[in-house]
Amino acid sequence: MNPTAIIALVIIVVSALMMAVFAFLAQRTRFAFREIEAFKFIRRAVSMVVEDGSRLHVSLGRGSLLTPFGAAALAGLAMLRRLAETTSTSDRPPIATSGDGLVNLLSQETLRTAHEITQKDKPFDFTQARMTGLTPFSYAAGVMPYIRDDEVSTNVLIGSYGIEVGLLTEASEREGAAVIAASDHLPAQAVLYATTPGSLIGEELFASGAYNQAGNFHTASLVVQDILRWIIIIVILAGIVLKLFGAL
Amino acid sequence: MKRIASAFYAVIAISVGVLVLLGYFVPPVAPFQAILLEWAIILAGVALLVGTGNLFFVHFSRVRTRSKGYIYSLITLVSMLSVLALGVAGLEDATKFAMNAIMIPVEISLMAVLAVTLVYASIRLLRNRVDAKSIVFLLTALLVLSGTVSLPILLGLPMIGDEILPIVSQIISQVLAVGGARGLLIGIALGSLTTGLRILFGADRPYGSK
Repeated sequence: MNPTAIIALVIIVVSALMMAVFAFLAQRTRFAFREIEAFKFIRRAVSMVVEDGSRLHVSLGRGSLLTPFGAAALAGLAMLRRLAETTSTSDRPPIATSGDGLVNLLSQETLRTAHEITQKDKPFDFTQARMTGLTPFSYAAGVMPYIRDDEVSTNVLIGSYGIEVGLLTEASEREGAAVIAASDHLPAQAVLYATTPGSLIGEELFASGAYNQAGNFHTASLVVQDILRWIIIIVILAGIVLKLFGAL
Repeated sequence: MKRIASAFYAVIAISVGVLVLLGYFVPPVAPFQAILLEWAIILAGVALLVGTGNLFFVHFSRVRTRSKGYIYSLITLVSMLSVLALGVAGLEDATKFAMNAIMIPVEISLMAVLAVTLVYASIRLLRNRVDAKSIVFLLTALLVLSGTVSLPILLGLPMIGDEILPIVSQIISQVLAVGGARGLLIGIALGSLTTGLRILFGADRPYGSK
């Protein structure tokens, strides 16, 4: 095994062990995280959906699960699960859109599970999960009519997007709907920062579960991320010092 | 019964995930990893077909119930079925024409709309968020833009147009921005790692578990 693979394996194993330990500790201890405005915004918007009987739209982006961009879609699915359970009792059930076949199937399954938990008596409408387009702009063009025509009051855009996400935030703003958005692409993050006050930057995308009480493992994963980040900061600073003194 | 099925899905997902991960580090597992990835690609193809069916049914039900904006759904259905018919009939030139003459120009026009949207958004930025970060964001964008495009007025000024602005722009885009981007990418990589681990632990089950 080459040295890079060994380092990668060590990072994965250590992270997994830390996550298991912190998930156990999270059952007894309450971990405090900094306030993120967008998550407060989500809680307010979701309450509004339930109160005024409007619709929640969760857009999962067009990241395929077979690519590295799948992680953003998985984070979006975890968020969808939480929000769908909360808003399934609204007069208008939540909808989820995606630009990938597998993510579409998983979003359908996630919505169905949330529906069965909250409303066993009504049949599940499988068209709540929708695939809209496979290319960046066809995806955006496919989502925009739902934002406009389906009486959506809150749009949660969490997944892998490029700059086309600007069209979705603009469409939401035109309809007066609340937007909370996050992407794993840097240009999209710049666009989101400029277009919506409810944007999540960088790894905040992956913190959505921990901030929405999705379970101990979500809390633990956020703690592990913080620890790993500090380790990386120390390694980078040590590298700089060693380089300054000519040891590297 | 549902509980048993749910546990069964979790066992399959976790064991496949662990095998694929081990394939990167343990050479004897690599052939199994390759087989599993091939299966995943086939499943993704099937999921795409299901997704296309979903797209059809969603728009069909909008047309059937005369939902708001159903006319656009009708256009979508007609276009979808026309291109499908062209493909099934083997008219390759016609499908290429549909792609090159309709699909690509429409996407390019959306990109043009996006450019206008972004200019408008940057003007509105200070109305949405009045804070130091937004001011730095806008000033940085302006500095980088003025350093990369030709501005005849600034070029007339000694030092500023031809020397200072391009250097400032270069420092921002190649030192500060790259540093910041690497920080964000490291954060995203860490988030992806912990998201993957949650799936391997069975804590996140997007495949239908209560």
